Amino acid sequence: DGSDDNEEGSTVENEETAKGTDKGRKRATPRTRRSHARGRARHGDEEDDDEEFGTRRAGPRRHRSRRRGRAAGNEASDSDMEPEKARKNQANQKSKEDDEEEEDEKGGKSGKGKNEKKGEKKPDKKGKKEKANKKKKDKKKSGSGSDSESEEEPITEEELAKLKEEVEEKKKLIATLRNKPWKMKKKLSVLKEAQLFVEKFEGALGKGKGKKFYAYKVMMMKKWMKFQRDFENFKTACIPWEMKIKEIESHFGSSVASYFIFLRWMYGINMILFGLTFGLVMVPEALMGKPYGSLPRKTVPRAEEATAMNFATLWDFSGFAQYSVLFYGYYNNQRTIGWLKFRMPLSYFLVGVGSIGYSFMIVTRTMAKNANDDGGGDDTSFNFSWKMFTSWDYLIGNPETADNKFASITTSFKEAIVEEQESRKEENIHLTRFLRVLANFLALCTLAGSGYLIFFVVRRSQQFALEGLENYGWWERNEVNTVMSLLGMFCPTLFDVISSLENYHPRIALRWQLGRIFALFLGNLYTFIIALMDEINLKARYFLSFTLEEEKIVKYNMTIWEASLYNGTIPENSTAPPIQVDPADVPRGPCWETMVGQEFVRLTVSDMMTTYITILIGDFLRAVFVRFFNYCWCWDLEYGFPSYSEFDISGNVLGLIFNQGMIWMGSFYAPCLPAINVFRLHTSMYLQCWAVMCCNVPQERVFKASRSNNFYMAMLLFILFLSTLPAVYTIVSIPPSFDCGPFSGKTRMFEVISETLEHDFPSWFGKVFGYASNPGLILPFILLMVLSIYYLNATSKSYKEANLELKKKLQSVRIENH
Amino acid sequence: VYRLHGRYHEMAPNVVPMDYTKDPDVKLPMQLIINMPELKENPFKERIVESFSEDGEGSLSFNDFVDMFSVLSEMAPRELKAIYAFKIYDFNTDNFICKADLEKTLNKLTREELTAEEITLVCEKVIEEADMDGDGKLGFADFENMISKAPDFLRYYFKKN
Repeated sequence: DGSDDNEEGSTVENEETAKGTDKGRKRATPRTRRSHARGRARHGDEEDDDEEFGTRRAGPRRHRSRRRGRAAGNEASDSDMEPEKARKNQANQKSKEDDEEEEDEKGGKSGKGKNEKKGEKKPDKKGKKEKANKKKKDKKKSGSGSDSESEEEPITEEELAKLKEEVEEKKKLIATLRNKPWKMKKKLSVLKEAQLFVEKFEGALGKGKGKKFYAYKVMMMKKWMKFQRDFENFKTACIPWEMKIKEIESHFGSSVASYFIFLRWMYGINMILFGLTFGLVMVPEALMGKPYGSLPRKTVPRAEEATAMNFATLWDFSGFAQYSVLFYGYYNNQRTIGWLKFRMPLSYFLVGVGSIGYSFMIVTRTMAKNANDDGGGDDTSFNFSWKMFTSWDYLIGNPETADNKFASITTSFKEAIVEEQESRKEENIHLTRFLRVLANFLALCTLAGSGYLIFFVVRRSQQFALEGLENYGWWERNEVNTVMSLLGMFCPTLFDVISSLENYHPRIALRWQLGRIFALFLGNLYTFIIALMDEINLKARYFLSFTLEEEKIVKYNMTIWEASLYNGTIPENSTAPPIQVDPADVPRGPCWETMVGQEFVRLTVSDMMTTYITILIGDFLRAVFVRFFNYCWCWDLEYGFPSYSEFDISGNVLGLIFNQGMIWMGSFYAPCLPAINVFRLHTSMYLQCWAVMCCNVPQERVFKASRSNNFYMAMLLFILFLSTLPAVYTIVSIPPSFDCGPFSGKTRMFEVISETLEHDFPSWFGKVFGYASNPGLILPFILLMVLSIYYLNATSKSYKEANLELKKKLQSVRIENH
Repeated sequence: VYRLHGRYHEMAPNVVPMDYTKDPDVKLPMQLIINMPELKENPFKERIVESFSEDGEGSLSFNDFVDMFSVLSEMAPRELKAIYAFKIYDFNTDNFICKADLEKTLNKLTREELTAEEITLVCEKVIEEADMDGDGKLGFADFENMISKAPDFLRYYFKKN
């Protein structure tokens, strides 16, 4: 036996299959101690190892031999696998007594263990593990003093205490047995021994239920973890389009995917705006307001009736579409409508202001959140290593998912490689600077050129208009529109070419590109407006005076017309009952809000059509052409010109942002705009996802999108601010049309607020509000806000710096430790 | 365990006995194991099976089988997984992850889509980042040190039962 022990002890450090016998030797080396544990039979004697040795040998010999058989196979593979165990063994060496006790326990259990083992193969895996755990724990701690108990000896006080300790340790071992990188067999035997011991002696201590309760607890915990995992999966599955975006991300990289994530976020915002306008403005009017045809403003005028239902008219958003809840003009200026006393004008006003306020809030909040993410930063000290070792998801069982995962891993590696190459690039500083200055100069020239072109074209069109448009063909009539669209198409490509001079990191190049295109569009718009400025001024003055004049004229016309119904004289005091006149015949006044709303809706629709057609022709047809004509063409179409198109991130993002700007500008005048936009974004998502996967190729240099999308958000915020200016201006300064809309009859649109305050709130409220809106109170308030902004800015800067310092410290500490 | 035994039995019903009371010495060859649905898509399936097999050639007895699944389950702790992960990535089983091992790992991960110079670059970077003792290859201590700081490690080594 002694030789056996030595063999085992030497071959397998961590092997449980202890033929352990020599306690003395065990004490010296932890391994042998462990191996002996099994050997210890129930009779143990703390003090004298040798004695125990002698007595114990006989008992477990049977077990030992069996275990030896099984252990043999394990030895070779185990020896180099468990440095941990060895370490733990050494640690255990200290607790002699404990070890001994455990050994005895194990010995006691081993007999039972064998039988249990067979039975245990069938039951719950966890149970097995527990037992394995127990066993291992026992093994680990083996080597302690002999246990004080044996079946034959009576339990004394001190022994009781010791026994308690042992039981606790065994339990701990059971709990941690899973952690041991031992072979299953070893674990099993250790576990069985430990379990036997605990069971046997726990009963003696009066804690028989322990094991069962423990098993129950572990099972519950496992179920809970599974539930949590399923819930997380469910939550992820609920996010719309998540799978599509992940697929795109795996094939095209995170920057292209960031566009789609941005699109999805916009969709969310538009849904909420849609909910507001639909639920609080359109639905109440449709349900509770006076129906179509009851009022002049709600009816299609007689003159237009013939064409009101034509598709062409509807597509143009006139005819029936114009005289419906979709546009501003339909709404009545009645203070309350329906039996709920729903205050329509107030609601309209508040929804308009509220949607702007909500948009501001959410954009700012997203910016703040992104700033937080960015501030944390990512720990890139082991970037490549982590990518290599931890990126494969071992849970994947589906071939398609696996394909996606492979693609995403490859893309991620490529991204990291690009980053690395960028950081390694050696720069010839002077040349680069010169080239960059040159590129900026060229870009400025382009911008100036396009501005001048627009100015020139607008002036020409004004001249044409003066001379009468009939004399000129299609080109002259649509010169301005076509020139602006052409500029919008070609200048970005020009910027692209210029940016190749600059040799920036792709992410920074994208930002420059976005900035330049943004400047281009804004410049074009402003040049356009300035060129028209004279005309607008004229028209505006004319318009304002016109409306007042027209008001008088129309009113006069109406009385005359009424009189004509009475056949002749204008009655001085018309006591005659009002004649029932079909509302369609009543002469109408001008309704500039509806006209503005119509313009915006037409713009949005035409923008949508243009985008779709561009995608279909520019991407899809091009891809079809390249793919199928490649066989019969002189040069290789796929590698040369035109080849497959890449996904144009900057163009699409800007299109999205400008589109949203249009929506914000127009939704006050046309409540249907958010609805149209929701529809547009929904279809655009599917169309673009399909187009990207089908017709585009990934960019050559795949780069990682910056974590924060703050650049996009900043642009969005700017556009939001610009778009809300016109609406706010009209609310505050221009009188609403007298003949249409919920504010007709008032001198200013915001008077609805003061009206509500007077009528619906108690009087003291009005007084308080009056005091609060006193400039003397508002100015100090503004001053206070400015001061607090400054203070908060200063504190946040200091926090950021402290953060950076701490990070640096951490890094240096980590480096030191190696 | 019951379920596992069922799966094990399924793979080769004529070989695997239902009754383990006599402690038979049955091993399943690698080919059968790597066709299991959980492992089929895994690029490292051969390595996984090899590292759990007793004879080092890929045949798993039932105990090894259970071992493998227990390590891959979510209940196994990080250190244990790290140990086995190291073995999986060590293709030539010399207890070090050398450059050749890294290259093989990378090729398996990306299905050989990267160019040769990209591969070299990545392998160099990995060794540069993780090799602390400067021997040009990753020992277990280096590996564990690097893995212990990785946020994703545990998540991807979980396995459903």
